[in-house]
Amino acid sequence: MEIKPASAGTLESGDILVRIAPATTDGLSIDLESSVAAQFGGQIRHLITETLEGLGVEKADVTAVDKGALDCTIRARVTAAAVRATGKDVWRD
Amino acid sequence: MMFVPGNNPGMMADAHIYGPDSIMLDLEDSVTMAEKDAARLLVYNALKTIDYGTTEMVVRINPLSTPYGKKDVEAVVKAGVDVIRMPKTETAEEVRELEAEILKVEEEIGAVGRTQIMAAIESALGICNAYAIATASKRMMGIALGAEDYTANLKTQRTPGGDELRLARETIVVAARAAGIACFDTVYSNLDDMDTFRAEVEYIKTLGFDGKSIINPRQIEIVNEVFTPTPKAIEKALKIVAAIKEAQEKGSGVIAVNGKMVDRPVVIRAERTIALAVASGVLTKEEAAL
Repeated sequence: MEIKPASAGTLESGDILVRIAPATTDGLSIDLESSVAAQFGGQIRHLITETLEGLGVEKADVTAVDKGALDCTIRARVTAAAVRATGKDVWRD
Repeated sequence: MMFVPGNNPGMMADAHIYGPDSIMLDLEDSVTMAEKDAARLLVYNALKTIDYGTTEMVVRINPLSTPYGKKDVEAVVKAGVDVIRMPKTETAEEVRELEAEILKVEEEIGAVGRTQIMAAIESALGICNAYAIATASKRMMGIALGAEDYTANLKTQRTPGGDELRLARETIVVAARAAGIACFDTVYSNLDDMDTFRAEVEYIKTLGFDGKSIINPRQIEIVNEVFTPTPKAIEKALKIVAAIKEAQEKGSGVIAVNGKMVDRPVVIRAERTIALAVASGVLTKEEAAL
């Protein structure tokens, strides 16, 4: 799947800023910055990976700056960034 | 009904903590064109995931005439929203168009009839068609005034006394009552003037509105204070309903409570007072049923 650089989200409290760019390595590379990385870093990375793979994005460089986002917000922002990056209007129920 | 911008996840996560009766997540005016897609995904995921308890969940979609409207309907119906708020409603035909879109999605997911509609009336044409709009669909649960667009359309502006909104407010209440649905007043945006806000809430309650739209949790307490019946009014209402029940059991028609004749309109008002007291949480359903 062709990917162009795209982002979604903000740096406001309760949100997460997700940037997606064409892959420089194999698979998904996730660079996560979060004040709760020590406690929830693994879970956030897993959620980002799961959401992207569910959308068919298996190769990309992802940068995420988390400001205490809920899981549903992370899922929404990753999906929005992926839709913008792929140009496909992906809709998943 | 508290308005919450649909692209602000922090506010969306916390909104129900303040105890509004309903929350309206907004995909329309508070979201820029560039963020419509992201806000739609945010609202969809929030509705699917966050436990809002018994709070009624409303989403204001973009008009169907825009490139976003139909996608908004698909997303929020699939997410299980209680009510879709239709902005800038001007005709009954527009309501039927929305109804058809909702039905299409509901049929796809096997949930026909689940989603209700609220129409926001925000123009002179909408006011002229208020009753037709209110009766355009059996899904219609209420109509609401959107005063900012309405006053712009009238070529005037809002004033603290609200003279410019008098006809619109009265028309909406009358149309809603004739249609047997609810009616909600517009927002008051000046958070530094709570006295005028309180006066406006008292005024619209007198006109017959069922509730007020708000933009900040600080406004909830005042709306609840104004709409919650006083202990004296509740006591009187309970007496009236108990007396009429007793009279009906005895087969008698007209009765008197505290020396005053009680007829049907008095009973209807008493029942509404009790319903409001229950909804406000100052009377339990068991107490109301005594």
